[in-house]
Amino acid sequence: MTTEVETNTDSRLTVGSKINIKWVGAFIILGALLPFFVEGYTSFQATLVMIYAIAILGLNLLTGFNGQFSLGHSAFYAIGAYTAAVLVYHLDWPVYVTIPIGGVVCFVAGFLFGLPALRLEGLYLALATFALAVAVPQILKSSHLEELTGGVQGLDVFRPDVPAVLPIDMDQWWYLITFGIMLLMFWVAWNLINSRSGRAMMAIRDNPIAAASMGINTSLYKSLTFGVSAFYTGIAGALSAIVIEFVAPDSFTFQLSILLFIGLVVGGTGSIWGAIFGGLFILMVPNIAEEVSTGLSYAVFGVILILVIYVMPSGIAGFVNILRVRLRKIF
Amino acid sequence: MNTGRKFTLALAAAAAFGLVAGSAVAEKAYGPGVTDTNIKLGNTNPYSGPAAAYGTIGKSISAYFDKVNKEGGVNGRMIEFISLDDGYSPPKTKEQTRKLVEQDDVLLIFQGLGTPTNSAVHNYMNKKKVPQLFVATGATKWGDPENFPWTMGWQPSYQTEGRLFGAYIMENVKDPKIGILYQNDDYGKDYVKGLKDKLGDKASEWIVAEESYEVTDPTISSQIIKLKNSGANVFYNVSIPKFAAQAIKKVRELEWDPVFLNNSVSNSVGSVYKPAGLDKSKGIISLQYYQDPTSPDTQKTEAYAKWKAWMGEYYPEGDLLNTFNVYGYLVAQTMVQVLEQAGDNLTRENIMKEAANLNMEIDMFLPGVSIETSATDFYPIEKMMPVQFNGERLVSIGKVVSAN
Repeated sequence: MTTEVETNTDSRLTVGSKINIKWVGAFIILGALLPFFVEGYTSFQATLVMIYAIAILGLNLLTGFNGQFSLGHSAFYAIGAYTAAVLVYHLDWPVYVTIPIGGVVCFVAGFLFGLPALRLEGLYLALATFALAVAVPQILKSSHLEELTGGVQGLDVFRPDVPAVLPIDMDQWWYLITFGIMLLMFWVAWNLINSRSGRAMMAIRDNPIAAASMGINTSLYKSLTFGVSAFYTGIAGALSAIVIEFVAPDSFTFQLSILLFIGLVVGGTGSIWGAIFGGLFILMVPNIAEEVSTGLSYAVFGVILILVIYVMPSGIAGFVNILRVRLRKIF
Repeated sequence: MNTGRKFTLALAAAAAFGLVAGSAVAEKAYGPGVTDTNIKLGNTNPYSGPAAAYGTIGKSISAYFDKVNKEGGVNGRMIEFISLDDGYSPPKTKEQTRKLVEQDDVLLIFQGLGTPTNSAVHNYMNKKKVPQLFVATGATKWGDPENFPWTMGWQPSYQTEGRLFGAYIMENVKDPKIGILYQNDDYGKDYVKGLKDKLGDKASEWIVAEESYEVTDPTISSQIIKLKNSGANVFYNVSIPKFAAQAIKKVRELEWDPVFLNNSVSNSVGSVYKPAGLDKSKGIISLQYYQDPTSPDTQKTEAYAKWKAWMGEYYPEGDLLNTFNVYGYLVAQTMVQVLEQAGDNLTRENIMKEAANLNMEIDMFLPGVSIETSATDFYPIEKMMPVQFNGERLVSIGKVVSAN
C-alpha cells in the first residue's frame, strides 16, 4: 500500500530532475511560431516579456537559489544596456556582438560588487544594492561621462536590417533572436542548478554555516553567484537597448529593480520557468491596470499584486505545480 | 448611327459622372484613425512616476478636446484622444507609442511629453511616417524638417530663447558689453549658441567674457567676479535655479549693476527670487510667452475669464494656479487649428503640411506672441515678451522680441 506523503525535501536534491521533453518541445515549437501569427506590436511585446524573463531569471539565481537579496538589478540592467549602446553608437560594433559583451561586463561588475557584499546579510545587502540602483542613473547623467553616455538625452541604437535572405521583418527577427537567447540562458541555468555548484548555492541559502562546514567555499560561491546573476541581467539589458533602439538614464530607475523583484516573487522564487510568468506579469499587468483606471493605475496594480500573492504564495510556477499535483490525485 | 451617337452621349455622361464622383472622393482623403465622424489622436504622458506633476498637461488637453467635441467637433468630427501613461520611462513610451500607432491606429501622436521619452520614438515615428506633433520638450532637435520631417516641437527651444535675448539686447541696450555665465552642457551651450547666432558679426565684439560652471560646482562666486571685472554692462545668466540664486546675491554683493538677463529655466519667484532676496532680484529681465495665471494683471483680462470658465466646466479638479493648465489649453488649440485647416483631407501627409502652415494667435498668449510655421521652419513659437521682476511679480516691459 502506498500513502501520499508530501515531504519538504526538494526532490531534485535526492534524485535529480530531468527536463520534461514533451512540454519543453511544445513550448519551443509554439514559441518559435508565435511571431508569424501575431502582428508586429505583439511580437515586440513578447520580445520584451522574454527580456524581462531573462533578467528575472538572473535575479532568481541570486535570490531564489542563493538567498541573497538584491534591489540593485536595475543597475546591472543599465550597465548591460549602456555597454551595448556605447559600443554600437561610438564604435560602430555589430549589435549581435554587443549582447555577450554586455553580459561579460556585468559579470565582472557583479562579481566585484559581490565581494564587499559578502560582509552584508539580508536587509543590509538589500540596502547596499538599493544604493547601487539609485546611484547608477545619476552617474550616467553626470557631466564627466556625458561624452560617452549622452547624458540625460541618452543614445540612439541603430539596428542593422534583417539579413536579406530571410523573408521576415525586424520585429520577427529580434523576437526569434531573443527567443533563442532565452532558451539558451534557461538551459544553462537549469544545468547550473542541477549541478554540484547549484547544490552548493542552495546549501548556502538554506544554512550557510552547515554549508561551510561541509567544505563549500561560501564566499567564492556567493560572489560568483552575484556575477552570474549580473551576467543574466546584463544580457537582458543589452537586448533591451537594441530592441527599444534607445537608452537613457530614465529607463533604469529604481522602479525597474522593484519591477524585477515583483516579477521574481509573482513568477515564483526558486523556479526557473517561473521567470517567464514574472516577465508576463510585469509587462501586462500595468497595462491592464491603466485600462481599468488611468488615474489610479498604481492602486489597481497594487490590488492585483496583493491578490496574486494571496492566492499563489509560491508564485505562479508554484501554483501550476500544485494544480498539477491536485489533478493527478483526481485522475 | 443614331444608336452610336446615343451611346457616345451616354458614355460621355457616364464619364462626366465618374469625374464628379471621382473628385468627390478625392476631396475626402483619410489617413488611419479617421472616419466621417471621428479622429483618433494618440498621446503619452507621465501620469505616474517621477514626472507625474506634468500629468496635468495631458488632462487639460483632454478637457479642451471635450469642449471642442461638445461644441460639435472639428468639421463635424469628434476628437478621440487616447492618452496613455508612460511613467516618463523611455522603454514604456516606445511600447505605448507602438500600441497607439499599430493597434489603436491613431492618425498621429500629439504632445508626447519629455525629452528622453520622445527621443526613444523619434526614429520610429519618422521611419513609420506618423506625425509626432508639438512634442512637449524644450530641446532644439525637434525642429529639423530635413532629417526628421514628421516631428515638430512647440514651445521655444533653448536656442530660440538665446536668439530672443540677442534680439532684446540689440533693440534695447546701447553699446552692449555682454558677460555670460552658462552651465557647461547641452542646455547651457544651446542658450549661448542661440545668442551668438542672433548677434552674428557683432558677437565677438559685444561678448566680452564667457564663464562656465559644472553642475557639481559648489559655488560660482569666482565666475561672477571675473565677469564683473571684464567691464560687462549686460549679464546673461544661463544657470539652473540653485546657481541663479547665488548669482543674484553675488552680483548685488559686488555692487555690480548690469542689465540682468535671466533664462526662463530659473525664472521662478518661488525657487529663485525668494531665496536670493526679493529686493535683490528687482529689475531682473526674463522672457515669457504665455500669461501667468497667478498674476493679478492676468486675472483681470477677458482671456483669463474664458480660460477660467473652461477650467470650471471641463476640468474642475484642475489647479487654477498651475501654469501647466494654461500650457495644455494653448497647445490643444494649436492641434485643433491644424485639424481644422486640413479639412476633409486628413491624411498624415496633409497633417504635416498644415502643421507647417500655421499663423495664429491664441488668447492666453502674451500680446504679440504667435505661432508661425513653414515648410522650413518647424519652430512654432519664436516670439516672447520681455518681463521684469518688480520685487513682487513679473510685469511686461515693452513689446515682444522675435527670433527672426
